[in-house]
Amino acid sequence: MLDLHGFGDQLLQGASITIQLALCSLAVGLVLGLLGASAKLSNIKPLQWIANFYTTIIRGVPELLTVLIIYFGATTVLMSIASVFGYEEYIEIGPFAAGVTALGLTFGAYATEVFRGALQAIPKGQHEAAIVLGMSSQRKFFRIILPQVWRVALPGIGNLFLVLLKDTALVSVVGLEDIMRKANVAVSNTKEPFLFYLVAAFMYLALTIVSMAVVHFLEKRASRGLSRG
Amino acid sequence: MELDFSVVIEYFPRLLTGTWMTIKLVLLSIVLGALVALPIALARISKNWLISGVPFAFIFFFRGTPLLVQIFLVYYGASQFEAVRESFMWPILREPFWCAIIAFTLNTSAYTAEIFRGAIQAIPEGEVEACKVIGMTKAQMYRRILLPRAFGIVLPAYGNEIILMLKASALASTITLLDLTGMARTIIARTYTPIEIFLAAGGIYLVISILVIYIFRQVEKRQNRYLGTLSIKVPDKG
Repeated sequence: MLDLHGFGDQLLQGASITIQLALCSLAVGLVLGLLGASAKLSNIKPLQWIANFYTTIIRGVPELLTVLIIYFGATTVLMSIASVFGYEEYIEIGPFAAGVTALGLTFGAYATEVFRGALQAIPKGQHEAAIVLGMSSQRKFFRIILPQVWRVALPGIGNLFLVLLKDTALVSVVGLEDIMRKANVAVSNTKEPFLFYLVAAFMYLALTIVSMAVVHFLEKRASRGLSRG
Repeated sequence: MELDFSVVIEYFPRLLTGTWMTIKLVLLSIVLGALVALPIALARISKNWLISGVPFAFIFFFRGTPLLVQIFLVYYGASQFEAVRESFMWPILREPFWCAIIAFTLNTSAYTAEIFRGAIQAIPEGEVEACKVIGMTKAQMYRRILLPRAFGIVLPAYGNEIILMLKASALASTITLLDLTGMARTIIARTYTPIEIFLAAGGIYLVISILVIYIFRQVEKRQNRYLGTLSIKVPDKG
C-alpha cells in the first residue's frame, strides 16, 4: 500500500500544529470580527473609519504578504515599543504567533462583514423587547442579540473557516512545522514530491470535510429553536 | 523604530517589474481558467451523475486543498516521474512560470465553475420554458439566452474571484518566480528593510484591486443596463 518511509507520524504531528493554528486564529478572528462589526455600526465616526481602513487594507493585500509582514516586521515594531518602556533585550516572534496574528487579522476582516450583515438582520423588535424587560445593554447583547447573530452568521463564518484552514499552509513559508513543512522535509529526504504533496493535499481535504460536518452540526444546533417552514 | 522609505524609491522600478509579472500571471490564468470552467460548469449541472461526478470531484479537490499544495504538486510533483521528464511536456513543466499558470488555472477554474453554475441556475425557470416553447434547440437556448443572461449575473462574483486570484498569485514567489511578492523578498534579502518594501508591495496590490473593482463596476453597469438603476445581487461564494 502507501509507503510513507516512516514520515507518517511526522505528517500527523504537522496536522496537529495546523489544527492548533487554525483554531487559535479562529478565536482571534471571531473577536476581531465582532469588534469590527460593532465599530462599523456604531455612531462614532472615528470608530467607523478605523474599521473601514482595517477591512479595506487587509482584504486588498495577499495573505502571504500579511504573514511575511507580520513575521519580519513584528520584531522591529515590538522592540521599538519595548524600548520606549526601557526594555532593550532582543524580542523575537515565532512563526506560530506570527501566523495566529496574520490569519486572525485576515479572518477578522472578512468576519467583520459577515457579522455586520447578521447584526443588521436582527429585527428591531428584539432590541425593543429586551429594553422593555429592563435588561442592561450588556445583558441585552449577550443574552438576546449574540445568540441570534450567531445563527445568522454561521454559514458565512463556516465558509471563512474553510478558507482559513487552507491559508494555514502559508505559514509554512516562515518555518512553522505544519503539514506543508513536514511534507517538504519528507520530500527532500525521499525525493518523492508527488506522493508526499498528494498525501498533504488529502490531509487538508480530510480536515475540510470534518470542518464542514462540524459547521453543519452547529448550524442545526443554532437553529433548533426555529420551526421548519 | 526608524523607517527609511528612500529604499522604496530606489527599488521602485524593480517592484514595477514584479508587478508586471503578477499581472501577466493573473491575466493568463483568469482567461484560461474561464475557458476550462465553462465546460466543467455545464457538466456539473447535468442530472446524470456519470457526467456530473467527475466535475464534482475536480471542484471539491481544488476548492478543498490549499493552493500552495497544488503549486508544489505541479512544480515539484510532476518531476518525480521518469515518463513526464522524457515527454514533450517537460520543457513546459520545467518552467516555474508555466507551472504557476497551470496550478492557478486549475484552481481558479474550480471556483469559477461554481460561480458559472450558480449564475446559470439563477436564471428564472420561465425563461427556459419560453425558449422551449419558441422551439429552440438546447444549443440555441444556451448560446442565445442562458449564457448571455448568466454573464450579467456572474459579473460581481467574478470580479471577486479576480481579486482573490490577484492575491493568490503571491504564492508564485514560493517557486522562485519574481512576481511582486517574489521581487519584494529578493530586494529585502539585499537591503534588510522588510517593513518598508513589504508595505510598498502591499500598496501596489491594493491599487490593482481597486482598479479591478472600478473596471468591473463599469462593465456591470453596461451589461445590466436594461435593468435600469437596479443591479443584480449574487451571493458571494464566501
